[in-house]
Amino acid sequence: MLGALVVGAVIVFGVLTPSRFLSGDTLRAIAFQMPELGILSLAMMVPLMSGGLNLAIIATANLSALVMAAILTHLIQPSTPQPTVAMVILLALLSGMLISLVIGLLTGVIVAFFGVHPILVTLGMMTLVKGAAVLATSGTVIGGFPPAILFLGNGAVFGIPVSMILFVACAAVVAVILSHTPFGISVRLIGSNERATRYSGVATEWVLVGVYVVSSLLCWIAALVMMARFNSASAGYAESYLLITILAAVLGGVDPFGGFGHVLGLFLSLVLLQVISTGFNLLGFSPYLTAAIWGATMILVIVISVVRDRYITRLWPGKAK
Amino acid sequence: MHVSAMFRRHDVQIGSIILIMVVFFSRLSPGFLTLGNMADLLENYSVMAIMAAGLLVVLISGGIDISFEAIAAVSQFLVAMILVNFGGNWFTAFALAGLFGALLGVVNALIIHYLGAISVIVTISTMTFYFSILMFVTQGKSIYNLPDWFTSDVSFLSIPFPVMVAAIALLATLFFLSRLPIGRQIYGLGGNPEGAKRMGCNIVGLQCLAYGYSGFMAAIAGIVQAHRVEEVVPYALIGQELNVLAAVVLGGASLSGGIGTVSGTVLGILLLAVLQNGLTLLGVSSYSFGLVTGGVILVSVTATAYAAKRQRKGGLRRAV
Repeated sequence: MLGALVVGAVIVFGVLTPSRFLSGDTLRAIAFQMPELGILSLAMMVPLMSGGLNLAIIATANLSALVMAAILTHLIQPSTPQPTVAMVILLALLSGMLISLVIGLLTGVIVAFFGVHPILVTLGMMTLVKGAAVLATSGTVIGGFPPAILFLGNGAVFGIPVSMILFVACAAVVAVILSHTPFGISVRLIGSNERATRYSGVATEWVLVGVYVVSSLLCWIAALVMMARFNSASAGYAESYLLITILAAVLGGVDPFGGFGHVLGLFLSLVLLQVISTGFNLLGFSPYLTAAIWGATMILVIVISVVRDRYITRLWPGKAK
Repeated sequence: MHVSAMFRRHDVQIGSIILIMVVFFSRLSPGFLTLGNMADLLENYSVMAIMAAGLLVVLISGGIDISFEAIAAVSQFLVAMILVNFGGNWFTAFALAGLFGALLGVVNALIIHYLGAISVIVTISTMTFYFSILMFVTQGKSIYNLPDWFTSDVSFLSIPFPVMVAAIALLATLFFLSRLPIGRQIYGLGGNPEGAKRMGCNIVGLQCLAYGYSGFMAAIAGIVQAHRVEEVVPYALIGQELNVLAAVVLGGASLSGGIGTVSGTVLGILLLAVLQNGLTLLGVSSYSFGLVTGGVILVSVTATAYAAKRQRKGGLRRAV
């Protein structure tokens, strides 16, 4: 159904602005804007599948970006030789990964071993992480990165943006993990019924820890992309994305109660959201109107799926989903 | 009651922490425990308190509402437009605000009930929708020309107006939850939804009441905020949702429903207020607020959940 919506939207916008919408430029614009939201949506999807939520993804990404940015800007001068630059970049990457890992680990442990509701833990973590970032930077922005980093955000290989390649790679990895590894299957099972999964012998606590670790690592990659695209890092970037990632995931068929969903669905929903956004942009709509349409689309999709479920089971009793 | 048993109660624990903080801060900064400072404190957090009262009811009913800030912003704007163009008085201001807020809240409830959808997702969608439409209509511009009677300082027995409204809101919520039978039903809905349904409670009605109440309170809070800052800024309130949620949860309300008290919520707000005010007076940079508040939230919810978990485990062992 999502695929149909995407095609439908493309057709609608194509008809309304034929010359500008169906052009290579539009495709490039979408391909450049999607990855950061996309990777963050993946970071939200994994906890959603387990029946939880990670409200701290933006904060994690920002702090990770700031750590990497600080290392890069302090240790790299224009005069620094190339091999040293490479070493520093590596150091920065590792540090960013480490901080994301720590945040994810802490979140996961509190959710899994102390039994705190994920919304509360990630809410507290979000406040804490953002607070740390604000304190460390006094609210300022750190910017100015070496070209190698910027290439990640703005460069293209064979016309495809590097960030898009990164996003597709992450999506593929997450898809494989969620559907073809014991870990991923456990995540789905926990999302469906945590207690039954635990009684079945699965070490649910460690799986949950893993969920939030994976989510935070994805935030680290998103941080890289954001840094590269904006050439800067700050404690307050991308805050409006948080709710959109949840919207994108649920729109893409991820069951908010947990247990069901596919990465492909998420991908399609992101494409749909981007198509709507770009289309409205070209039509001169205000971005606020676009956001309102996103919210309404969310409700509409829920309505459609509920109506469809109810009518299918009523008209064709044997065909119950 | 034994003292040790008393201390296991959540609100006593929070109260003790507040007391410790008050002593700590008043020792370190003489300006803390003054009437002026306390009055300022109460006034600053009165808007939050009103919103928390509404959110508390929704949490007790087993749901969650992220859209209340957006509802507040929209109602604030609508009422201001009406007041500026058609005039009115405090009565009409509150009545209109309450009406708009309640309506928007009921929309939430209906979607949640009839679509069987999860309240977080629905209220996020409605929040996005309401707020975006509002920003689109206002283009982000504030309303400055509020009528004089609206913005002039009103105080009763030298209690500032916002504090008065907050006190009334909290007392009304207390009365509603603990004295009215329908308040009991809301607890029942949150604690045992299936049981409530089988007992014949009107689930839709209760949800409409809960979310409508939350919207109502949010709108009232929006009006009070407009009065305090003497202008209507569409985007001022957004972003505070999780702070209010934190305060209510700190006060002992449970996300799964059925648990929560007004006194706890008041304590939760007081905790955050005293913490931030104390830090400010100590000259600690406001940049550290997030860090400290987040830490307090994390420690608090972890401790609460851990204690509850140990209690449950203890019970299980006894049954075996």
